[in-house]
Amino acid sequence: MTGNLTLALLIGVLYTVGTYLLLQRTLTRIVIGLGLLSHGANLLLLQAGGPPGLAPFTSKGNVGTAGVDTADPLPQAMVLTAIVITFGVTAFLLAMAYRSWVLTGDDEVQDDVEDTRVAKMRPEIAHHDVEDEL
Amino acid sequence: MIRVLLPLPIVLPLLAAGFSVVFARYQRLQRLLSIATLVAVVVIAGILLHSADSDGAAVVQLGGWAAPVGISLVADRLSALLLVVSAAVLLSVLLYAVGQGVADGRRSRVAVFHPCYLVLAAGISMAFLTGDLFNLFVAFEVMLVASYVLITLDGGAEQIRAGMTYVVVSLLASVLFVTAIGLVYAATGTVNMADAAVRLEDAPDGVRLVLGLILLVVFGIKAAIFPLFSWLPDSYPTAPSPVTAVFAGLLTKVGVYAILRTQTLLFPDEQMISNVLLVIAILTMVVGILGALVQDDLKRLLSFTIVSHIGYMLFGLGLASGAGLAGAILYTVHHIVVQTTLFLVAGLIERREGTSSLARSGGLQHVAPLLAVLYLLPALSLAGIPPLSGFLAKLGLLQAGLDDGGGLALAAVAAAIATSLLTLYAVGRAWSAIFWGPVVEVVPDDNPSDRLVVGTARTPRLMAAAAAAVVAGGLAITVIAGPLYGLSARAADDLVTPDRYVQAVLP
Repeated sequence: MTGNLTLALLIGVLYTVGTYLLLQRTLTRIVIGLGLLSHGANLLLLQAGGPPGLAPFTSKGNVGTAGVDTADPLPQAMVLTAIVITFGVTAFLLAMAYRSWVLTGDDEVQDDVEDTRVAKMRPEIAHHDVEDEL
Repeated sequence: MIRVLLPLPIVLPLLAAGFSVVFARYQRLQRLLSIATLVAVVVIAGILLHSADSDGAAVVQLGGWAAPVGISLVADRLSALLLVVSAAVLLSVLLYAVGQGVADGRRSRVAVFHPCYLVLAAGISMAFLTGDLFNLFVAFEVMLVASYVLITLDGGAEQIRAGMTYVVVSLLASVLFVTAIGLVYAATGTVNMADAAVRLEDAPDGVRLVLGLILLVVFGIKAAIFPLFSWLPDSYPTAPSPVTAVFAGLLTKVGVYAILRTQTLLFPDEQMISNVLLVIAILTMVVGILGALVQDDLKRLLSFTIVSHIGYMLFGLGLASGAGLAGAILYTVHHIVVQTTLFLVAGLIERREGTSSLARSGGLQHVAPLLAVLYLLPALSLAGIPPLSGFLAKLGLLQAGLDDGGGLALAAVAAAIATSLLTLYAVGRAWSAIFWGPVVEVVPDDNPSDRLVVGTARTPRLMAAAAAAVVAGGLAITVIAGPLYGLSARAADDLVTPDRYVQAVLP
């Protein structure tokens, strides 16, 4: 199987940028990051079908020679499915980000409840230690 | 006959979900439709299990296209067994939710609950039955999309915060899954699991190892294994209790099933992955239960025990022997039932006490002795007290570990025993905090306008009956442990000889 170097580099860039955005604290950036990541994954799946060829079912002459100089239709069908799924979930995610903005007034990811609790306990512990030493 | 029945566990709930949306204004009709559909799925799953056990795996090629091209549905012993258990659990939890909804009257906005619940059921059935890697991805998405809606059902600040984590982590796992499918397709040119199993035999060792590990990470996020579990205790406890119960019982187990299926079928005899699995199993068991020990909230405590006990199933798989897999399968069945029960009972406790905080509860055994029995039986079973089902499942795993005799296997046996004792401590601490001590005042409902009614002594009969039915189901596992272990052993035997699966799908 031969690959396409430009596309391979593009996939790499999409994964990198997507991962970077996913690690941000703003919900909009996270949504965009997930979008870029899924584009990268879809392109990768498309690449797995091999180099582009003729459309597989265009003319009568092509039908018998599938695989010789025709494109592999299966990854294309799978990518279409994956795109539709990502589209739906991203829409839901945006609706949730909006709801979060309505409820809290900003689009930052909220602090983890347990982490906050642990963080609140820390000064107390430090305080006790100081008292013990005194 | 079987070929007609095989797609029905997927098709029926999906059709019913459509009708359920149409009948959104007629709540009684919606309820009847959901219950009738899930009863039918339980019956069909039972027939499929009987057929798979007596005549071998049943296979349907959807659309009439032969195996590597079309999508295959396969019901072998493992799939059918898990399908039966999950359908029965889905039905019980539905009855519990209906009981809650009926009792709490018109304030409940359940119109969207029934369609989503049915779509969730369809997704779970599809994940168990499919023989195609891409179709498995679609099944996961169907299941997850329904779960996104269910986990954020009330749309309150707490649900949105927890739901956001859940959706983002799940979506990231889905992106990784598409990546893994792309790489499998590039390496083998197929996404049919049986066909891929044949072609991967010729793939270079490095390629096989990488594909195996990527799929392990993908399904590991769904199954909440160490170190990919931190989303679970954060997101599960905020959902309404029937939703949490069904998520706790089933969604992580679908991930475990996917790990079992792909690792045994696509990457058999991969010693490296087996060792990795054993190490992960030890860490998952120990870290999970240590998390449970320090929780004050009953639902969070139980969420950590889910994580911990996923480790037992990985332990069985990591042994890569028939006995280990048989133990893992029996453990999965036991854990689906017991963990669901515990969350249902936690819902009843929260309803009665007005809170699920251990510090603010107490003395419930004087007020609600039946509830105490309903909690104690599954809690002891989870910890592995004989003769309950947890003991039998753990016994199978420990014997398999001792038979293996390797250093890692023995370490895992030690970790499993320690985890079992710590589980007893964790559920016992919750028991003494909630049921013993002086009777405390009921905490009033802090948000009376939402769906969840808490702090009332009025427990609907249907809710209690559904919870009692699942407790009885857990006890029934003990009664039929012999035949059930036999069935698990036969299912494990199918897994260690993947040729049978391949032969069934590619005649």
